[in-house]
Parts: sequence; structure tokens; C-alpha cells
Amino acid sequence: MADIQYTWPSKEKASVLGHSVLRLDGLEKSVGAAKYTYDINLKNQLIAQALGSPYGHCKIKSIDIAPAMKVKGVVHVELLRKAGDELQWNGELIAMVAAESEGAAGEGVAALKVDYEVLPSFTHDENLEEAKKRKLTTKAGGKVELQNEPGDDDDEEEFEAAEIERLFKESVHVVEGYYGVDAIAHCCLEPHGSTVEWDGDKLKAYHSTQNVSGTDEGFATALNITSDDVEVECNFIGGGFGSKFAADYWSVAAARVSKETGRPVKFMLSRDQELKIAGNRPSGYINVRLGADKNGVVQIWDSHHWGTAGTKGRGVSQSVIPYVFRPKNFRRLATGVKTNTVGSRAWRAPNHPQACAMTQTAYDDLAAKMGVSSYDIFLRNLENISSRQTADVYRRELEIAAKLMDWKAKWHPHGKGEAQGSIVEGMGIALHEWGGVANNSSATIRIHPDGGVESFCGTQELGTGTRTACAMVVAETFGLAPTDIKVHIGNSKLPVSGASGGSTTIGAISESHRRASLNALAKLFESVAGKLSAKAEQLEAVGGVIRVQGDPAKSIGWREACGSLGLKPLEASASHKRGDKSSLSSEGVGGVQMAHVAVDRETGVVRMKKYVAVQDMGLVVNPVTAESQIYGAVIMGISYALYEHRLTDPATGAFINSEMADYKLPRIGDIGEIVVELFEPEDQRQRGVIGLGEPPVISPGAAISNAVANALGVRVPVLPLIPERVLDALKAGKA
Amino acid sequence: MKAFDYAAPRTESQVVDLLSPQAGHTEIIAGGTDLMGLMRSMVVRPDRVVNIMEVESLRELGPDDQGAIRIGAAVHLDELLSIPYLENYPALGQALRGMNSMQLQAQGTVGGDICVQPRCWFYRSGLSSLVDAQGVIEQGDHRNHAIFGNAGPAKFVSGSRLAPALIALEAEVRLLGPQPDEQRWIPLADLYRIPRLQGQRHTTLEAGQFVTHIRLPAVDLAQGGATSGAYEVRHGEGPDYPLAAAAVKLSFSGSTNGVATISDARVVLGQVAPTPWFSEEARRALIGRVVTPQIAEEAGEAAVLRATPLARNRAKVQHAKVAVKRAVLLAAGLETGGF
Ligand SMILES: Cc1cc2nc3c(=O)[nH]c(=O)nc-3n(C[C@H](O)[C@H](O)[C@H](O)COP(=O)(O)OP(=O)(O)OC[C@H]3O[C@@H](n4cnc5c(N)ncnc54)[C@H](O)[C@@H]3O)c2cc1C
Repeated sequence: MADIQYTWPSKEKASVLGHSVLRLDGLEKSVGAAKYTYDINLKNQLIAQALGSPYGHCKIKSIDIAPAMKVKGVVHVELLRKAGDELQWNGELIAMVAAESEGAAGEGVAALKVDYEVLPSFTHDENLEEAKKRKLTTKAGGKVELQNEPGDDDDEEEFEAAEIERLFKESVHVVEGYYGVDAIAHCCLEPHGSTVEWDGDKLKAYHSTQNVSGTDEGFATALNITSDDVEVECNFIGGGFGSKFAADYWSVAAARVSKETGRPVKFMLSRDQELKIAGNRPSGYINVRLGADKNGVVQIWDSHHWGTAGTKGRGVSQSVIPYVFRPKNFRRLATGVKTNTVGSRAWRAPNHPQACAMTQTAYDDLAAKMGVSSYDIFLRNLENISSRQTADVYRRELEIAAKLMDWKAKWHPHGKGEAQGSIVEGMGIALHEWGGVANNSSATIRIHPDGGVESFCGTQELGTGTRTACAMVVAETFGLAPTDIKVHIGNSKLPVSGASGGSTTIGAISESHRRASLNALAKLFESVAGKLSAKAEQLEAVGGVIRVQGDPAKSIGWREACGSLGLKPLEASASHKRGDKSSLSSEGVGGVQMAHVAVDRETGVVRMKKYVAVQDMGLVVNPVTAESQIYGAVIMGISYALYEHRLTDPATGAFINSEMADYKLPRIGDIGEIVVELFEPEDQRQRGVIGLGEPPVISPGAAISNAVANALGVRVPVLPLIPERVLDALKAGKA
Repeated sequence: MKAFDYAAPRTESQVVDLLSPQAGHTEIIAGGTDLMGLMRSMVVRPDRVVNIMEVESLRELGPDDQGAIRIGAAVHLDELLSIPYLENYPALGQALRGMNSMQLQAQGTVGGDICVQPRCWFYRSGLSSLVDAQGVIEQGDHRNHAIFGNAGPAKFVSGSRLAPALIALEAEVRLLGPQPDEQRWIPLADLYRIPRLQGQRHTTLEAGQFVTHIRLPAVDLAQGGATSGAYEVRHGEGPDYPLAAAAVKLSFSGSTNGVATISDARVVLGQVAPTPWFSEEARRALIGRVVTPQIAEEAGEAAVLRATPLARNRAKVQHAKVAVKRAVLLAAGLETGGF
């Protein structure tokens, strides 16, 4: 077989890639036929529900399960914790009750008699002084980088301090600010959970997961079996955002209950449990001082930030501060705050949204202080960046975004806009960077002698359009339509493919499916070459036929070509290893976003008017789903910028707004107009496929905060910018 | 959810028969949009649920002989929205539209709205009872809690979206029970109370008693009538609870330089106290005046003059003030100047 060129067709030649293809499973989803884990109900199943700790911190004095066992319909009570155990956060599960019905399970949970000793809790992560007083802080790293080196005789720390002070003295503009972003919950619409069933010693888990190929092991290890005896299935998922990679102790417990009772068990977290224990994003609060030259180019950055990722402290990684903008001289220091909250989980672009909101707000305040447009300050500071995208791309993206926003015409200096009644408007910018490397992925392609094509890959559909993208890549390769391809994903018995995290899926499946289908095609070419009196390497598959390159008259229909396979289907596989160099995929994207808001100064209510997102992602596989992804990210960004946060009650340590009525998310009327621009000039397309799932969710916090600051002339320091904070900032600004 | 008996009676007296004389044992379900959530989280655990949606007389909607509007408790909110005479009661229309939720409007009922269980995240998550003798709320995060009527152990706020407007418009409610033929009309304002003792609820309804109808007095437009307006300060577009709400009814007599002066005003705030909250101070600030943005501002300030915010709910004072001001402006047909 001749060497196969693993490349993409040019933009002009591509017949599927780069053309919008509606989701192949769209109809199924919209009519409710698609089965999410929550929809899986097995014959004879038990429904399980669990009791969680009502407090932020407490000790179990005693547990009495007898009253629960007496409830009609209750079949089994599984203890997850025992008397004497200390519970470190609100919602931590204590016991699981399995019953014949949801009602009986709920009643059983309510009947469990647990005595608690309430212990002091600390959840107010923003309050660094209090955390220090209670000895709940940890060192979370830091870094100093200065252009000048200390002399041999200098004490390093003294030199650094002196050098930093010198740089500030030399600065023409100095900004000091405080910024932050509260912890938020992943708030998956479909909560975490599974329906599990044993067949002898084999476990089948219908599990809401972003990691079909990788959770079998989690179940196996916890249940003391081997992964070959576990099958994990997830065909559709109602949100994960980085919180659904593991088997999770509650699903393992459900498997235990199932084993014990000999019946399938369904366990899904309740809404408040979903918010309380199934994933949150660390908070971050920062004190910043920056110094800039007369043009507003920052020369020195000095910051200390803190926040919490749960009982261990941690918080936002110091490695991404200052964010994208990286002056030649900087000092950054981080402190972790230990709180009585469950450990955080990866949330769409871990660390980046917070870092962006803690950095680019300060850059915007520099523009405010200088009375110049944030656009100019952002543009000028592209001189000094640390990013996996180039300054040149950011410049081009800024220009496009400004045009789409009509920035120049609409801009006014901070706080100098004309008020309409109590309403003022403003605009803000932010920019971001991300990797999006292709994950490990294997795929098998099967071509049937009757022309049917199937693909097999243990990846998962997060709602992003992965299933459709798999079909598109295969269809492109075979000269077929995406609907011609039967895609099999969502099961751990399929060829292993990486977890969907880090925006690595589109690269992963594009790699594996392109390679496997090119391999299959080469075999098919061998098989039909004779019929076309040509050599295999002279053939191409285009528009439903296989034909001789340069001699299109010599062609044969796809189906007929497949007939040459004889009786047996043809199979070919391929794998991609994360990090391997490839012309099909690469990594590193940027992106620029702009927000236009209106603020009611009397009530502190902020409303979105318009939002522009310009995003590069290398080669765009499916424009329509890429756009959807960006719309979704922007909406999620608006959510953490204006509405949602975890509120913990200082007295009980409880996550007090863990019900949907209190955990605010934007509604459709709250998001304003969103304009998405896919940035795909040839130099970017040449880089191949790069992930896009996370990057567009990074900028909204900073962009919206900057827009509000531009409207009001004062900074509302901490996200979300809820009405009371806006009012507080206005009051403080006046004083 | 606890297992329960379910009854769907056809007549008002059957409803009364099915209601337990003991509090907490039976609950009425109308649209169920609030009750179902509370039952799922086991905050409310009735043995029996009585569905009133099949009682014909509770679906009544229209003017009576005297021109008053009779609204059955089981009338859906969107039915109310579509009646032609709503325009005589602008405050009610504004409150209804403010919900911004097709689902709540289509499923929720007038009776369910005015009887809706209070808004308090401690109560709704099981951390405190409505009457918080332990002081959990006082020490806790009470940013959404009462700024009026909060001296006792009840700190929650009345959540009803329609009550401020209905009370401003002088609505009455008909109560039936506990005896099958025991009925009386009371001002809607008297349906609410601030509970002081454990086990007391937020309404004066006795066990075995329920709301059958609401009556809105006729508006005599020919006589100059009265104007009304309602304004809610909302974080987002809805359907979540407003941060503060106010409804105002203005009556006019005579004129100052040809402009009508206010002869009486009913100013009722919502989401700020354990009951809908009358503001006598705002009323006084309005009587004898001509509505201007300045007078509206003064009414807002007067309304919150005697607010008693807790440690963490000061923003509500500002929101209440703005709600009153804007409700007055809307009642007078002026621009609010805000969203
Ligand atoms: C997303 C969401 C947002 C909401 N936002 C708000 C809000 O902002 N403000 C608000 O007030 N509510 C809100 N609710 C609660 C509720 O949906 C509305 O108040 C609705 O109008 C209640 O009507 P219903 O008929 O569905 O009431 P149900 O749930 O059927 O009943 C509510 C309560 O009233 C009692 N009840 C019902 N009818 C009668 C009667 N005739 N006599 C005596 N008692 C009776 C019931 O027993 C129950 O305790 C919200 C609910 C949801 C799901």
C-alpha cells in the first residue's frame, strides 16, 4: 500500500468540512426520544435517594436506620458514613435508601434518624483576614520575574522588593485595584448519577459521564472487579462542564446496593445535591498594583490572590496570573483558603475565567485612569503577552470585534456616557487563550459490501455535536454525506477515546476518524483499482463515486465499489496519541470578546445589550455547532458575570441558594444580542483542528465587568455583578 | 416525597369535607407550581392532597351585578391576563406580566399565588421553621429577608406577586370552612399575618378553611376613577422572585393649577415583610400632591423611612424605595426612568 497522506482537503475541495451540518441527533433530542441517563429505567429497578449533611461542618453522633427500613417500599439502606465521622461540607452524603418508588425512597431518607454535633465552619473565602486568624490559609505558590538580575552580593528578596518599587516609581500610571469572582456550581441540568445493573459478576452502568472510555476502571477499582467486567454507557448527557469524569462514590454505592439487592438501581442526585457536592469552580480574589509607561503599556505587575477550592485550600493557579497580558516584570503570589466546601472540579477552562477576570479588569482600570479607550490599552499591551496564540491574531481579532461592536462610534470614556433616566451604558473588552490539543483517540471504520458505513469510537456526545463531527469527517473522506454514516459512540466497549475535557474532543475524533477512514479508503481503493484499470493511489472518493484523479469519466458508484469487497466488510482502525505532531490538528487558540451593557443606577440591575465573540480554532469542522458552542459559552459567561454564585450561610455553613429558585441563571431575555464570528483565515485553517469548547467561556467575566465599569465610572470589584454589589460600588464611589 | 392520598372534589363543600381539621395533614393543590417543590423536598408533608381544579365554581371569572370582578381561586393567571376589564386595574396587569413566565402564568392560579408559601431559603431547605425561634436567620445570610415587620421571630418575606396590587386595589377574598357552609368575605390584607408562635402559618386561614374567590371592586372610570401601577425590581427577567415590589392606587380630586391632586393613595409593598406591607408614610407623602418625579421620589423615601433592615439586607431598602417611586410614576402614566 502506498503511503497515506494524513491531511485535510483544502477549503475549496472540502465538501463536508467547513459546511454547516445540523446535528444528526437533533430530532431525537428535540422530540424527547434521545435517552439520557436520567431517562434510563430498567425492569424491576429500585430507586435510590440519599441523605446529605445539613451543615457545613459536623460530626455524626449516631445513625438509626430502623425507622427508614420501616417505611413501606424501602428495600435497602446503605450507610456511606458511620457514627463518629466528621463531615466537612454541606451535602456530603451519609446514607442511601433504595426503594420501590421515588416516594418511598424520599420518605425513607426523611425517616433516617441522624444526630449531629454541629462544629464551627468557615466558608467565607473572600475574607482573607478571617481565614488567616483561623489559620485556614495555605501557601499556593508564586513567581517573580524581573528583567534586571540581582548582583552577586544582593539579597534576592531585598533586590526584588527594591526593583519592584523602582519600577513603580518610574511608572507614569499606577493602578491599584481589588477584583474577584465567587465560586460557582457546575449546575448540570441533568444531575450526576447512574442506573446500574449486574449480570452475574458483570456490571453495566448507564452513567452520565464525559469519560465513557475511562470510568469503567473507576467502578472496577472501587468494586474490586476488573475493568473488562464493567460496561459504561452514555449516549446523551445533560451537561458536565468538567464535573463528570469519575465513577463518583454515589454511583459506586448504587452498584453496591444493586449487588446486595440483586436488582437494578437508579440513583440521580437531587437538585440541591447536584449543586452542593457535584462540582464547583474555585473562587479567586486579588489585590493588584500595576505600573505603566506613558502609553499605557504595563511595565510592572504586582499581585496577591486568594480563593478556595474546598477543604484543602488551593484556589486559582498562580501560573496564569497575569492573564494573557504578561509584562516583562511581575510578581505574583497566591494563598489558598481552606473552607468547609466540597473540593472543586474542573470547570470549563480551569483557572482561566477567574484569571482573566482578575487581570484584564485591572488593565481596563488603567484605561479608565488614563481616560483613553480600553481598546487602545488592550492593543498596545499585546506587546507583552504569554499566550498559545500570537499577538498578530489578537490584533486581527480585535479589529473584527470592534467593527462588529461598532466600538469607535459607541465608545465613551469611563463614567462619561449620557444617562437616560437612571440608565447608563458602557462597553468592555477581554481576550483569552487556550490549548485545545487533540486527545488520545482510537476509531474503527467498517465498510459493508452493500455500501453501508459504520464508525466505532469510545468517545461521547456532550451536546457539542461530536456525533455529527464523527460522521462529517468520515463522510468527507469517503465523498459521502454525513447522514450516510452510522456513528457508534458512548460505550466503554468501543475503541478507547479520551475524556471530553480540555477542549480535546474535536481534535481527538477528527484525528482518529480521519486516519481510520483514510486507512479504510486505501484498502477499498486496492479492492476496486482493477475495476477502474487504475492504480489504487490514483483514485479519489468524491461526490458518492470513486474515480480516477484527473480522469473523472473513469468512475464507479460508492455502493458498487463496496461490492468489490466480496462477502466480508472491510475494517480499518487508527489511533492518535495526545501530543503527537500531526498536520490534522494542533493546539493554541486566542479569542477576543466585547460586551455592551446597560446599568440602572438606582437598582443596580445590569442588562446585556450586545455581546461580540471572535474566536479562532484552526480548521472549523462544523460552523453551525462551533457557533452554538460559542453562544453557549457566552451565555454561561453572562451567567457567572451577572447572576450565579455559591452563597454559603455564615451561621450553618450551608450552601443556602442550592435550589434553582435561588441559584440565579440568566433567562433568554437576559442575554441580549450575541454576535459570533468564527475566525478562520487560511493561516489558521492550515493549523488543523483545535478544540473550542472552553476558550469562549473565559472572557465574559472580565469583558462584562469592564463594560459595567465603563458605564458607571466605578468598578464593581467582585463577580457576579448582582444589584446589591453594584449599589455598594456606587455608594463607595461617591464617598 | 411522602406518599399521600389524593382527592379531586367537584364542589366547594366537598373540598371543605376533605380538608382535615388539623393543620398540616391536608394541603390544597391548585396549579401545584409551588406545592410540588415543597412536597418533593419534604418541607410540606401532607397525608392528603386536595385538588381544587375540578370545582366548577372556582373557575368563575367576570363582573357581578355590582360591576365588581369575581375571580375564582382556581383561575389561571394567564386567563386573568386575557380579560378585557383588566385595563381598569393596571397594577394587576403589570404584576401579572412581570412574572415573565409562560409556564407559571399557564399553570399557576390566583388562589395559589395569594396563598403561596413564604419565601425564605432557610425554611425551604429545612434549616429553620417559619417562626425562627433559634435565630438561625438573624445570624445567617438573610439578604432576601424582611426589612419591615421583622421584630419577632418571623423574618421571611411574603412572596405573592399579585397581593400588593390586589390589596392596593382593595380586593376582598371569600373564605369557606371549616364548616361546609361557613363563608365570609374579608379584605385580602386580612388574609395575612405575621406568625409569632411555632406552627402558625403566614395566613389567617384556619385548618379546614380555604380561599374560594377574590373580588375586585368596580372602578368608575367615568368619575375620573382611580389609577394604579405596580413595579417590581427584578434581578433578571424572571420568573424568579423580585428583589422588592410595590403597587400603588391613586385617587384624585380637585386640581392644582388644572392638574389633578391626589386625594387618597394606597401603597402596598411586596417581598419586604412577612405580609404584604402597607405604607402609611408613603400614603401621607402623596395625599394632596400632584404627581411629579420629585413627589414620587419623596413617596419612595417615605416608604422606607421606618424600615428596620437586618445586618445583611440593606439593598432591599433601596429596592423598596425605587419600587414605590416607580409604581407611583407608572400609576400616573409617567416614565420610570429605569428598566
Ligand atoms: C421558577 C418558579 C418561580 C416562582 N416565582 C415566584 C414568585 O416570584 N413569587 C411567588 O409568589 N411565587 C413564585 N413561584 C411560586 C408559584 O409558582 C406561584 O406563586 C404560583 O402562582 C402559585 O400558584 P399555584 O396555583 O401553582 O399554587 P400551588 O402550588 O398549587 O399552591 C401554592 C400554595 O397555596 C395553597 N393554596 C392554593 N390554592 C389555595 C386556595 N384556594 N386556598 C387556600 N390555599 C391554597 C397550597 O396549598 C400551597 O400551599 C415560583 C415558582 C417557580 C417554579
